[in-house]
Amino acid sequence: MSVQGPARREEILIATIARLLEGLRHVATGASSPIPGAAALLARHRSGGRLRISVLGSRKNAPFSNGGVELFDIAAQGRLDAFFLGGGEIDGEANINLVGTGDYPRTDVRFPGSFGSAYLYFLVPRVILFREEHTKRVMVPRVSFISAPGTSPEGVYRPGGPIGLLTGLCWFRFDRAKKRFTLESVHPGVGVDEVRAATGFDFDCPAAVPSTPAPDSETLALIRGPIGAEIAETYPAFAERMFGTKAA
Amino acid sequence: MDARILSVDALAAEIPDGASLAIVRDQGGAPMAAVRALIARGAGNLHLIGVPVLGLSGDLLIGAGAVRLYEGAAVTLGEYGPAPRFVAAVRAGKIALKDSTCPAIHAALQAGEKGLPFMPLRGILGTDILKHRTDWKTIDNPFAKSGDPIVLLPAIKPDVALIHAPKADRLGNVWIGRERELLTMAHAAKTTLVTVEEIVDGDLMADEALAPATIPSLYVAGIAETKGGALPNAMPGGYGEDAAAIRDYVRSAASEAGFEGYLARLGISRKRAA
Repeated sequence: MSVQGPARREEILIATIARLLEGLRHVATGASSPIPGAAALLARHRSGGRLRISVLGSRKNAPFSNGGVELFDIAAQGRLDAFFLGGGEIDGEANINLVGTGDYPRTDVRFPGSFGSAYLYFLVPRVILFREEHTKRVMVPRVSFISAPGTSPEGVYRPGGPIGLLTGLCWFRFDRAKKRFTLESVHPGVGVDEVRAATGFDFDCPAAVPSTPAPDSETLALIRGPIGAEIAETYPAFAERMFGTKAA
Repeated sequence: MDARILSVDALAAEIPDGASLAIVRDQGGAPMAAVRALIARGAGNLHLIGVPVLGLSGDLLIGAGAVRLYEGAAVTLGEYGPAPRFVAAVRAGKIALKDSTCPAIHAALQAGEKGLPFMPLRGILGTDILKHRTDWKTIDNPFAKSGDPIVLLPAIKPDVALIHAPKADRLGNVWIGRERELLTMAHAAKTTLVTVEEIVDGDLMADEALAPATIPSLYVAGIAETKGGALPNAMPGGYGEDAAAIRDYVRSAASEAGFEGYLARLGISRKRAA
């Protein structure tokens, strides 16, 4: 069974992330990240195999032999160019909250926890913030708990940080010096007003905001074919829902 | 010298109330049979350490009231959603928290295995994790010309590392495969208790291919054979997860009564109220 029709939102996100990974040496994806995982596989395909990828949770695509610590060690060694982080809350200075809302520790809403964010955000040069849900509940004026700060003061060792924020509605580029997001593109069918209405923080916005390019038919066929089959190893439920891929 | 081979219940009985207990994340082959045995024996007041995060194992222990303090980088059921009893316990203020970040758990265990008082780690500065971890300190890197703040983490030396592994021999050597943090946990912990899929004849340390991925018997206080001991979680290199059973847990554990019903369905009757 093959999926037909125009690109769906997830496929636009996969193609957009793959473009952001062009020219890199090594990208890793974290827990519960099927879209970044599929994007990394697509980018590797496009690079003719030059891009090395490490998909956490995969056996075939996680070439580690020193346990869970190795991902963090390679980040500190400068061997990891890009990583993905999300958050239950994200604010306009790119601070992310993976812990919860309300007064810590008895948070009203408890998220799972910070995972490796408090470390990787500092050490990986190109962190792509990724959160599909784009609502005022997530995109807040100020996070209630800082799991990892968007920027750090002068004197703090920080070769890494955010390059931008990709959501279900748009792509924001982040300026670390100005500590602000700029709306760089809105996904097909999405208006700037819609983004503004769904965002709790201020951001810069040019007079004309282009549309995020949808994947061409060749890219779409790649995503729905070999990439879908490959991501099924790690994310069978996602692959089946999106591409009708049956688990091997 | 032969290993102490125990039943899983006897193994769980070796973990005293109040112990600090390190368990690896669900994807690393969590000791689920031993966790159920711990709940059945009515274990309480545990300082539970997630290496570096926990899922079903942590949610079960927390839901059963066995945990006083959780230290780790997260508790989540991943693709299956939030960890329901963890979320409820936090909201009710029933457990204390030492929120951490994955590499901090790894680094603090590495300090523990080296017998060092602490380990420095990059990152973390300016986070609310650091603000609430009053046991962590920030110093200036003594080797830098000036400044360069860096966080110091006190060593983690768990009373017990509780591990599930593919196989052990009768001498007490435990083959862990590529889950290297199990080795670090065993080194750092005062004692290590192990469940395995199977106990095999021979000496795992005598095999050049297996020895580098083997916990020597030196660290291991007791072994129980529990086939399927990671279920309903997956066993790396062995079996996959039982998705239906995990979904059943998620549905059941949405309420405290549902959670108790889940334990009852598994045949777990607690020896005493936790």
